Amino acid sequence: MNNDSTPMIWDFAFTFEVMPSLLQGLLVTIQLTLIGYSIALTLGLLIAVVRRVPYVGPVVHFVMEFIRTTPLIIQLVFVFFLLPASYALPVFGPVPITAFTVGVVVLGIHYAAYTAEVYRSGIEGVAKGQWEAARALSLPTTRTWGAVVLPQAIRKVIPALGNYLISMFKDTPLLFAIGVAELLTRAQRVGSESFRMMEAITLVGLLFLLVSIPSAIVIRRLEKRYAAV
Amino acid sequence: MEFLQAQLPRYLDGAWITLQLTFGGAVLAFVLAMVFGIMGTVRSWLLRAITTVYVEVFRGIAALVVMFWFVFAVPDMTGFELEPMFAAILALGLNVGAYGAEVVRAALNAVPRAQVEATVALNLSWFQRMRLVVVPQAWAQMLPTFGNLIIELMKATAVVYMVGILDLTAVAREVRSGTGETLAAFAIAFVIYYLIAQVLIFGMRLLERRANQKLGRTPPSGGGIMSLLRPPSVGTQVGVAK
Repeated sequence: MNNDSTPMIWDFAFTFEVMPSLLQGLLVTIQLTLIGYSIALTLGLLIAVVRRVPYVGPVVHFVMEFIRTTPLIIQLVFVFFLLPASYALPVFGPVPITAFTVGVVVLGIHYAAYTAEVYRSGIEGVAKGQWEAARALSLPTTRTWGAVVLPQAIRKVIPALGNYLISMFKDTPLLFAIGVAELLTRAQRVGSESFRMMEAITLVGLLFLLVSIPSAIVIRRLEKRYAAV
Repeated sequence: MEFLQAQLPRYLDGAWITLQLTFGGAVLAFVLAMVFGIMGTVRSWLLRAITTVYVEVFRGIAALVVMFWFVFAVPDMTGFELEPMFAAILALGLNVGAYGAEVVRAALNAVPRAQVEATVALNLSWFQRMRLVVVPQAWAQMLPTFGNLIIELMKATAVVYMVGILDLTAVAREVRSGTGETLAAFAIAFVIYYLIAQVLIFGMRLLERRANQKLGRTPPSGGGIMSLLRPPSVGTQVGVAK
């Protein structure tokens, strides 16, 4: 930061110099989003199904509500501090516990609380006659869910689920809080090393737009193609 | 228990900052949402283009990045430094306002066409049409999504500790490093966030109810004020907001 209060001029040489590092950060951001999203999709579906189980359902609902109403960033910091990760980075099975793994799992769980609601609305939208038909054919529970209910439920909620992919992408800068080397973290690092925050942070904003605007357009197409909820 | 007694005042100070940020951000977001939402429905292509740019830019970039830009990049460009609290409210308001503008636009467009035609037949001015007919009906439709947005806003305030504001999250981090009690330090903050969210949800439902009553739509189940406490609540409006 310059303290002589003269405006800085955009430095293109510096822009090209930091671009490779920022693009690598963008790659990490995209990895985080995709892995986190797969967790959110599978866990969310599981939760949506479990919520229909008596006794267990309300408890799960409360936990999800709690996760949804508290900030993601404090959840990230809390889990990161709670795990021994920050001290020793132990290897847990084949996956080492690093800031990246903690970040991606917490991100996935946080969004599972949202996707579960989306799936739930889809499941509730399946006509009652479908359940009755499955019962009449005496299909086992797994077939009722797997072959009758879920295929209909999921098709309807694809656009809504897609929106959460974009939200998740935009939430990855929060992983800066636990030091995952994503886009914002790298920008902050190169910016403070060279005292040129202006270019670094502005580029982060532009790179985010570069990804999120086209993906918003894709989601809008999806919305037209599949019936919205 | 002793831990709670000793540390609670600090948490309440932090919660107060969180509430100020939420309130400030909500006021700014509301004004922006209304202005840009209405601009999105007018005939002038220029005004609509401005709205689209605002909405797409600020929905596309996380509030945290915008806040960093205000705090770190703006001083470089202009030579002026922004007060962190001001920068935070500005970033949060701009971000949530962009989501809100889309909600307002959609709600205004959803008011039945015949209502607008009736105002034309009655020779009402554009301003009268908006104030007396269109906005009151759209208002009832906006409120549920606004409820979700204010929860998202409240949660988004937690990032401000990164620019040195002593909010609830900052307090939790400080207490943790001061006492080493990770679990307790964060649990208190989580509970306070949860309670703030519940109060906000309750308040928004009161508003919703009043808006519907004004339009002559009574709540389906009737019931007293306690019926507002029923689950499910936040996030049940699927696929919107965030």
